[in-house]
Amino acid sequence: MSTVDNIPKNNTSGSKMLQVMGGLGALCALLIVLTYEGTADRIAQLKDEALQQAVFSVLPGTASTQQFYINADQTISTTPSDNAATIFAGYDANGEFTGVAVEASGRGYADIIRILYGYDPVNEKVIGFYVLESKETPGLGDKIEKDESFLANFQSLDVELNESGDGLKNEVITVKSGEKTDEWQVDGITGATISSRAIGAMINASANERLQVIQDNLSVIQNQPKQ
Amino acid sequence: MSQLVKDPKEKSFFTTLAESPSTNEFIKGIWKDNPVFVQVLGMCPVLAVTNTAENALAMGFATTFVLVMSNILVSLLRNVIPKEVRIASYILIIATFVTITDYAIQAISVDLHKSLGAFISLIVVNCLILSRAEAFASKNTFIPSVLDALGMGLGFVLALFSLGALRELLGNGSLFGMSIFSDNFQEWIVMILPAGGFFTLALWLLLFNILKERRSHGK
Repeated sequence: MSTVDNIPKNNTSGSKMLQVMGGLGALCALLIVLTYEGTADRIAQLKDEALQQAVFSVLPGTASTQQFYINADQTISTTPSDNAATIFAGYDANGEFTGVAVEASGRGYADIIRILYGYDPVNEKVIGFYVLESKETPGLGDKIEKDESFLANFQSLDVELNESGDGLKNEVITVKSGEKTDEWQVDGITGATISSRAIGAMINASANERLQVIQDNLSVIQNQPKQ
Repeated sequence: MSQLVKDPKEKSFFTTLAESPSTNEFIKGIWKDNPVFVQVLGMCPVLAVTNTAENALAMGFATTFVLVMSNILVSLLRNVIPKEVRIASYILIIATFVTITDYAIQAISVDLHKSLGAFISLIVVNCLILSRAEAFASKNTFIPSVLDALGMGLGFVLALFSLGALRELLGNGSLFGMSIFSDNFQEWIVMILPAGGFFTLALWLLLFNILKERRSHGK
């Protein structure tokens, strides 16, 4: 039945082994490249669609989006430069500006949580929130994606900038569930303390870093570029 | 294999089919040598991604695909690969098909890829696949190797699904994302946490061992 068992030990020459491993490696590489080529377009398309859906969900009334880049020198452009951060401007069916979707990330309970939040530069409020990636504990930490009263925090969260232009007037902070008194506070979740605090902290950090630049360059992104 | 009766005379078609070596190669993985419940192989995905029925099925079929494809290639190349470098060659073959599966799942659904996460890449080190390549495909021809892989793969799918369905039902009150119980149902959150995986696996192993015990006493 078996031919392998009959081979005496250590009689294979080194070059034979190299040939077999090399040949096998080339064959495997070919298979992987073919699969990659065959699926790359569809994967990119699906990822784009998922991101678009996320942008639509954080900016109510949005019909189309345009990608912009915040460059290292604090300017905003439609073409990426090195170390640029991506933001998405949303426009409704008439091409009117609906807001900006900004990505933020931070350490949660289990792993890094990545979120997208919608920013309305006119009223200076966060108007939407979506979890892009989270490995938080099912049933507890993942309430940040499902808990309705928690998600209601982000329908109108105050992120007004201060007058000197170097950050928020009031820091966004997560408070204990039911203790929210001010517009800039996030009502936490009982049983998901760490995860809900992480969301407040990452919105605060990202807002301090990005919102001033967005305000300064509002004229660039407010008008939808002609496609 | 050789102990099986080869003489088909005086036997019905189905008896012959049931006792033929190829059927045995296929059936053994599903029941008698079930990779999870009997051989207790590949515990990492069994415990980690069976928190919902959907994840369990996706993981099971992904593993089956890798198992079948690598068994095919290993059995075809069994006379070419020198004994000294066989393990390295098998891992290379397995890793290739895992990468292909990874791209394929991404192309099917981004959400599914997100929920299976790192566990797709970890199919490479699933000892079930390497053990079938080493113990079976490297010593057998094409057809028995395919049957062996299909049987073992289906046995793995079955086991993952039994865990996933039970855990989702108790831990989330749903099956394939559809709510089963009324709103009054209090979810057993522990069942979808890692500890629940151990509890559920223990329950199924207990059931399998009781059944085996009964059968051996019955004879």
